[in-house]
Amino acid sequence: MNAFDYWSISRGALATVILSLASIALGVPLGLGLALIRWAKVPLLNRFVIGYVSLIRSCPAVTLTLLIFFALPQFGISLDPTPAAILALTISTAAFNCEVWRSALVNFPREQYDAALSFAMPRALRFRRIVLPQIWRASLPGLVNEMTLQIKSTPAVAVIGIVEITRAALRVGARTYDPLPPFIFALVLYGLIVYVLIKTQRVIERRQPVERRA
Amino acid sequence: MGDFLIVWQQRGDVLEGLAGTLGLLVVSAIASLVLGALLTPALMSRRAAVARLATLYVDAMRCAPFLLFVYLIYFALPSAGIRMSNWWSGAIALILYNTAYMAELLRGAWRELPSSMIESGRAYGFSGFTLLRRIILPPVFTSAMPMIGNQVVQIVKDSAFLTIIAVTELTHQMNGIQATYFIPFAAFITAIALYWAICLVIESMTGLLSKFAEERRA
Repeated sequence: MNAFDYWSISRGALATVILSLASIALGVPLGLGLALIRWAKVPLLNRFVIGYVSLIRSCPAVTLTLLIFFALPQFGISLDPTPAAILALTISTAAFNCEVWRSALVNFPREQYDAALSFAMPRALRFRRIVLPQIWRASLPGLVNEMTLQIKSTPAVAVIGIVEITRAALRVGARTYDPLPPFIFALVLYGLIVYVLIKTQRVIERRQPVERRA
Repeated sequence: MGDFLIVWQQRGDVLEGLAGTLGLLVVSAIASLVLGALLTPALMSRRAAVARLATLYVDAMRCAPFLLFVYLIYFALPSAGIRMSNWWSGAIALILYNTAYMAELLRGAWRELPSSMIESGRAYGFSGFTLLRRIILPPVFTSAMPMIGNQVVQIVKDSAFLTIIAVTELTHQMNGIQATYFIPFAAFITAIALYWAICLVIESMTGLLSKFAEERRA
């Protein structure tokens, strides 16, 4: 493996990071929206979200990516590989994030909500000031956990020709006839990305002092 | 609707793919559960070297994406002189990868186990493997049942990656049909529906098993 090989795998890492960040940035708020639909028990949408989460949680990322990339053009929407990959990853991560947010919402102490209600806080303010800061803190470990899983499922988008870490490593291995070193290097890169994520979570947790309960 | 008719006409291929996925699932779920149960005592070992080695393996697997591990087995083992068919490469990758996850979740359940239980087992003269089999593992398995179910669903989802090394499984067969008849929507929707059905069956089975375990304990 020469310097160029290391560089090409690192460029793959850039693709992995960009795809993951884009799908996380879209999927986390989307998951929150879905969780709020279930929390508020919006009549028809509630059933829809239950079905969506159940379906996506059992759907392999590879199959979903293939479906989006090959089937959408049948309906006249043709996407380039990168948007198709981001869409597939977002759809899958939103379902998992929905479950994380929802469990935080279910465990949210009811009396605080009632207290805010008795101060006549409007709905939006009630959510922004009372609910969100607390469920955000409760959901953070679960969300970061899901992000690490998300990074590990990005190789699925290699089936539609995106060159991310795993595929870049495969290419280097195919060229040098020695697949072990590029795979080890790829493993180190994945380890690094996951490590940075977990470190970031620790930093955020430290900056938010946990209030002491008497 | 015509597209789904074509999928129905190709039901032989679809069923072959479904059988492939189910075969991989059964083999790797059972093997990784058994190997995971054997690895758990090593994780909990009092000997530092053994515990560190087992933890290193589990952590390495938890950092690696499944596809990378498949490539490692599929491309790197032959250069070390070990050759096997695509199906076996895929199955072994699934087994070794999920063994680490099974061991980790069994370890979690084991740590929740009250130590008085193990101590009273020892007091009754159980030791070594018998202690493990009779006293420790039964409650560990029953309390870990929902998480084992989740991991089995994960095996189903991971098995779809094996289409990349051309193992005959559901996604691979459906991709073949899709490419032959140009019916991507019908083919992949059928695949997703079948995956959903498999996972719903797994979930209801783990639900039944935990209910059965609860009744036996009561």
